[in-house]
Amino acid sequence: MIDTILITGATLPGGSQSDILVAGGVIRELGSIAAPAGSRRIDAAGLVALPGLVDLHTHLREPGFEQSETVLTGSQAAAAGGFTSIFAMANTLPVADTAGVVEQVLSLGQQAGYATVRPIGAVTRGLLGEQLSEIGAMAHSRAAVRVFSDDGKCVHDSLLMRRALEYVSSFDGVIAQHAQDPRLTEAAQMNEGSLSSELGLKGWPAVAEESIIARDVLLAEHVGARLHICHLSTAGSVEVIRWAKARGIRVTAEATPHHLLLTEDLVRSYDARYKVNPPLRRDEDVLALRAAIADGTIDIIATDHAPHPSESKECEWDSAAFGMVGLESALSVVQTALVDTNLVGWNDVARLLSATPAAIGGLIGAGAIRAGAAADITLHDPSTSSVFDVTDLAGKSVNSPYLGRQLSGSVRYTLHNGYLTLDDGLVVPAEVVAASARAGSQMEMGE
Amino acid sequence: MRHLLSTKNLSRDEAILLLDIAEDMSDTQLREVKKLPTLRGKTVVNLFFEDSTRTRVSFEAAAKRLSADVINFSAKGSSVSKGESLKDTAQTLAAIGADGVIIRHAASGAPQRLAESRWIDAGILNAGDGTHEHPTQALLDAFTMRRRIHGDASRGKDLDGISVAIVGDITHSRVARSNLWLLRTLGAHVTFVAPATLIPFGAAEWPATISYDLDQTLSEGRPDVVMLLRIQAERMDAAFFPNEREYSRWWGLDDERFAAMRSDSIVMHPGPMNRGLEISSTAADSAQSTVLEQVTNGVSVRMAALYMLLAGEREGA
Amino acid sequence: MSTRVVLQQADITRALTRISHEILESNRGTDNLVILGIPTRGVLLGQRIAGIIQGIEPTERQLVGQIDVTMYRDDLASHPTRTSSPTDIPVGGIEGATIVLVDDVLYSGRTIRAALDALADFGRPRAVRLAALIDRGHRELPIRADFIGKNLPSAVSERINVRLQELDGVDEVTIDS
Ligand SMILES: [Zn+2]
Repeated sequence: MIDTILITGATLPGGSQSDILVAGGVIRELGSIAAPAGSRRIDAAGLVALPGLVDLHTHLREPGFEQSETVLTGSQAAAAGGFTSIFAMANTLPVADTAGVVEQVLSLGQQAGYATVRPIGAVTRGLLGEQLSEIGAMAHSRAAVRVFSDDGKCVHDSLLMRRALEYVSSFDGVIAQHAQDPRLTEAAQMNEGSLSSELGLKGWPAVAEESIIARDVLLAEHVGARLHICHLSTAGSVEVIRWAKARGIRVTAEATPHHLLLTEDLVRSYDARYKVNPPLRRDEDVLALRAAIADGTIDIIATDHAPHPSESKECEWDSAAFGMVGLESALSVVQTALVDTNLVGWNDVARLLSATPAAIGGLIGAGAIRAGAAADITLHDPSTSSVFDVTDLAGKSVNSPYLGRQLSGSVRYTLHNGYLTLDDGLVVPAEVVAASARAGSQMEMGE
Repeated sequence: MRHLLSTKNLSRDEAILLLDIAEDMSDTQLREVKKLPTLRGKTVVNLFFEDSTRTRVSFEAAAKRLSADVINFSAKGSSVSKGESLKDTAQTLAAIGADGVIIRHAASGAPQRLAESRWIDAGILNAGDGTHEHPTQALLDAFTMRRRIHGDASRGKDLDGISVAIVGDITHSRVARSNLWLLRTLGAHVTFVAPATLIPFGAAEWPATISYDLDQTLSEGRPDVVMLLRIQAERMDAAFFPNEREYSRWWGLDDERFAAMRSDSIVMHPGPMNRGLEISSTAADSAQSTVLEQVTNGVSVRMAALYMLLAGEREGA
Repeated sequence: MSTRVVLQQADITRALTRISHEILESNRGTDNLVILGIPTRGVLLGQRIAGIIQGIEPTERQLVGQIDVTMYRDDLASHPTRTSSPTDIPVGGIEGATIVLVDDVLYSGRTIRAALDALADFGRPRAVRLAALIDRGHRELPIRADFIGKNLPSAVSERINVRLQELDGVDEVTIDS
């Protein structure tokens, strides 16, 4: 196994060129470096080196829905997309509401070795919105859970939300709220507007999201807690967050790649690949989200990677499942929506997709390319433009809204803890990655 | 025409052609021998995921009068209700050799999904999907209006300048939507009349006048056509309106309102009617009412639609 | 491609006049005579023939109507969707009548077969005759015309165009080859 990798001629997020020497799982040196004997050399001329991407919002489906995704296949999708850390949402079966489940997911992630898998704990038991789950036990477990979310469902009970915010602040945890008023969105199918009325699909009003966010930022202010809002999708939500931040409320906000690129017009096809929660919105919402990313109102981009088996999508719209896979396409979509449009630079991408999500999730040591840091590095080629294809997907499910769509850039290499998980665009085989991961953890113990 | 999924994409010429062919079909329905050999050897499937005997029988009569073989595939009590997917059902029908599929489905867009999937190659005819569209109902309504207005000289005519008030649960009505798009294409002016809860969200962006006041619409607009929609009792439970009495008081075509209407105006209802709720018996049974004509015309219009879809050379095949 | 005029206005009028006389002669007058044009141009020719007959032997009875055969064709599936036309059977119907079907060009015979099927759905005429302005040959069915304006042997690749004043602004028959 090659332990030492020299990346030559990479463009760092700030724009400067540098070689990067990786050995023993960490970044040893930056600058102009001569190749050490026996090292693997990666020619990164023309490639952007980003700190390994961190996804605060991934659905890995295991345990319980292994026909859609497993921790292994989901982390392979992560590697294909340049992610080295992923936060696994709690809506599994059983729900990740106990220390046992989160430790299981943690172990599966470590065995797979493609990425750091950090479980997210459920806020309420069984995601039922009635009683708090074993938040403390999960926080103090081997998985050291710091992010709690009922994602897929909204913590809609105001008192429960208040208690959850207060409770997790005892160990600097954070509640990631899926903002969706349940009564206003009963049987809802797509963004509410003249298009939903024309298509005869039940509307999902923007206010169902905005009203929950408004309530929650006020609750967070009241109890002095930290709050994270998942997948903002409307211009109104942006306004509420902007207002909250101006007041000094400790809120962070996330947007998904798909809400930055796609609009409700796609629903005209009734193709359920475009069915997602929250729904695709209008052009003006997409533009507002992009502007909010550019001005810092929105802190991070997270994929909300949500795999589903084909039968859940190849059906009538009403019966189809919500969600789209997003890990493999995320960076290309971000480049297409934000970089190519000159709204952000690669430095911002590194912040939005690595440093800040790592900070929100309590992931220590991640998010920067510097000597001494763990060697989590993504090498991205921004010069390409190609039609996104099913062969670009590495997870178990193919419910991508981008199939057949032209996207910019492609991830060429992903290094996690100093070993390759994506090598020249190909996902490194599972047994090779697992062996690298084992070797790395033994070395860690030896030191 | 490959499929008939909505009226939104019908051009004026296509719509008039379809109505004209329906006139010719209608003539044949006055003869002793009503059956035409046109679709001999073609197989038409009535794929009904929702119960609607009226619509199914109308399509069945239309297909049979064109000599098609008709298979009724009712989803209730079949494998479909036991979880078989739309895709599997479609592939089964393809394997049977269906040339045309008439689909009624509670999910909006299910017919379009069938038409645009590769599951089945048949011509797809939307017989009502969710709260989306019901194109043959709109076509038979337009046909009925045109006949009442132009009589024997209907062929080739549109509905330019005709004013139509559609009253009732617009929000949940596929009939209202299909009528709006078609009537606009044919040059008519449409007013939706309902309480705000039953006007679709965002309908202000549609090419219709919105009214919350039936009396005002009747007295000021003096519409040529008043079309009442069926009110479903379950809407009350979801807080769309307080109760039946209040609904019929403000939005029902009662005797008093009917008496105040122009004597040459037309009263329409797609059926089945709630007499005494959205329409009074006096209005429903009057000479101005076209309720039964609509049923008769339904067969002719559906014959025309089936002819357009299934008789000619297969487009894009 | 070259276009050649084979009949001019005077030729067409002469042909229709002759056909009208032949019809009257074979039917021994207008009794029970019903002329049915086949859309589109057969209808116009039928009306002209009926007009000529009325000039020779006037009758109060409506002599002429039209019969649409679209729904009876056996070649619908091999063409883009055809537009149908109204059918108009003269008062009194066709039961026991002598029908003269009128078409512009007699070619494969399939239109006439469809017309015979269509007629059968209206009743049982005593006899059915066929008048055509042009007979271009190439029959695919055992059908022949009783009254012919002009025999015009043609190649299958050639195209025959009948233009009539009422519709096309000019009376002429041309052949494209
Ligand atoms: Zn969510």
